[in-house]
Amino acid sequence: MLSLKGLKKSFAEPGGGRLPVLDVPEFHLGEAEQAVLLGRSGCGKSTLLHIIAGISTPNAGSVEIDGVNIVKLDEAERDRVRAEKIGYIFQTFNLLTGFTALENVMLGMTFARGKRDEKRAKELLDRVGLAHRLKHKPSTLSVGEQQRVAVARALANRPRLLLADEPTASVDPKHQQQVIDLIRSTCREEGVAIFLVTHAPEVASQFDRVEHLEQFNRVAALA
Amino acid sequence: MSLFKIAWRSIQQRGLASALTGFSMALGVALVVAVLVIHHVVQDAFQRNAGLGYDMIVGAKGGKLQLVLNTVYHLSTPVENIPYSYLKEFTTGAYKDYVGKVVPYCLGDNYEGYRVVATTPEIFENEFYTEDEKYTFAQGRNFKQDKFFEGVVGALAARRLGLKVGDTFRPAHGVMNDGLGHKHDAFTVVGILAPTGTPNDRALFINMEGFYLLENHAKPVPGEPEPTAKAEAKHEDHDHDHNDEHDHHEPLPENKREVTALLVRAKNTTASMFLPNKINEANIAQAVSPIREIRGLFDVIVEPIQWLLLGLTVLIVIVSGIGILVSIYNSMSERRREIGVMRALGARRSTVMSIIMLESVLLSLGGGVVGWLMGRGLIATLSPVIVAQTGVSIGFAPLMSSELFLIPGLICLSALVGYLPAMTAYRTDVARALASSP
Repeated sequence: MLSLKGLKKSFAEPGGGRLPVLDVPEFHLGEAEQAVLLGRSGCGKSTLLHIIAGISTPNAGSVEIDGVNIVKLDEAERDRVRAEKIGYIFQTFNLLTGFTALENVMLGMTFARGKRDEKRAKELLDRVGLAHRLKHKPSTLSVGEQQRVAVARALANRPRLLLADEPTASVDPKHQQQVIDLIRSTCREEGVAIFLVTHAPEVASQFDRVEHLEQFNRVAALA
Repeated sequence: MSLFKIAWRSIQQRGLASALTGFSMALGVALVVAVLVIHHVVQDAFQRNAGLGYDMIVGAKGGKLQLVLNTVYHLSTPVENIPYSYLKEFTTGAYKDYVGKVVPYCLGDNYEGYRVVATTPEIFENEFYTEDEKYTFAQGRNFKQDKFFEGVVGALAARRLGLKVGDTFRPAHGVMNDGLGHKHDAFTVVGILAPTGTPNDRALFINMEGFYLLENHAKPVPGEPEPTAKAEAKHEDHDHDHNDEHDHHEPLPENKREVTALLVRAKNTTASMFLPNKINEANIAQAVSPIREIRGLFDVIVEPIQWLLLGLTVLIVIVSGIGILVSIYNSMSERRREIGVMRALGARRSTVMSIIMLESVLLSLGGGVVGWLMGRGLIATLSPVIVAQTGVSIGFAPLMSSELFLIPGLICLSALVGYLPAMTAYRTDVARALASSP
């Protein structure tokens, strides 16, 4: 489903040199597989997710999603792959404040060609327990509820892969477990693969497949 | 969810700023619409009414425009008089063969501020005030030649003065209702004109024969008794309200009469070109083409002022557009993350650019529509004032082609002002935007 090969990323430094951030020799994630990448903050986890999502491009290597190397695609094509095949959950939820819960879920559908399914959006919100909060704006929702809207939004376009960037970091410990359970169970029901990055061992321990950043990323290992 | 809805939500999110920028656009467009419509309608009405169906106005030598304004539009002060005998030149004299119709006007009186025009009944008899619109009476009939103290009232004057058939009114000397003018004898209203949309709607028309018999209206003739004395002596003997069936007055002798102007219709096109030259060469009076004078007034004075006003109002719209630019552009830094999220959800660069452009279009067009309604409302509010001041009826002005240009004009303006913030959205670095603080 997801295959990374020889992935390298570095950033230009003010002095003229380059700061290496990622060096991932190889990684594969199967259909509907659920994996977690565990590592401390600031080690390139978010950069890796951006590259997988096609938001950023690597300096070298390939990112194959369903057999298509998105690195070779132009930006518009990467945008389409992201809209149609990838769901994204952010650490800070990133719900748009001017939109209701339902509209936030439908927002992702707007950008995927031909997919504006309000029924699906309502079903997803019902599944995450927010059927009664469809018309509520994020400011009137609790932190846990906001994260549940974010989960529903990430799954709205029936993606093949869900990328979750520290999805529990902004949630109080009491609700962390609920969020993880929700993501895992919903993805299982939908047949969606998960690649979740976290710095929390208690979150990582719930997944069968755990990748440690130091082994996964050679740059992190050197650091 | 459509891109329109996303753009609309963003506008709603910045409610106050959006409302203020939209309102400033509405004000600018309202002014443009008001200037365009008033310009068009007033020009059209002035030029359409300019002749009232006559080719020329003949009056004393002097200001040509003044002659037209006080004869056709009942504005300004009347010019000097010309001898009554001169009228004979048009009816039985040298100009007879060139004249299709001539109607004399005696001006100088008012009733409650509305101009009183002393004339002959011919002015309304089978007479067209435009190419296909004929004078008709909403009430009563035309005044009769042999009923010296009869009059008819224009539709607007009748409504404003509360006059109806059977009422009487006493003209006062002077064209202004300053309370100083001597009040004359009463005329009986025998007819109310149907509305014409011309300045005649706000005038009162009386029999010229009765006008001549009013105090101080006869021309003093050296060596003859005071002209009004005899008439007044006779006049004292009967009912001053002239409610009796028969007039017992003697007409004023012609050597004591004057007229202010003559409305002349030439017999044919050749005559219409020839007659003014003959009149002007004779050095007694001048012949003026009302249409030419009004066109000249518009070309020299009104048009440049209208263009200046239009230019200023268009500048206001442009400034309003810049206000929209500033409003959206200022919001871009706080929306950077929002744009990043949309891009992360699969929105293309062109899509987020379109959303910003749509915001600009919605604000401009929304303000434009409100402004159009405000402009039209302003005209509807001003319409009675314009009618009262000029006699030119604006009524319901149909949609003008220049108003239709407002829509593409506003879209172009919104595209221009939306371009800069839209490009900012287009160039947003998604990874950095997502990394920025929420």
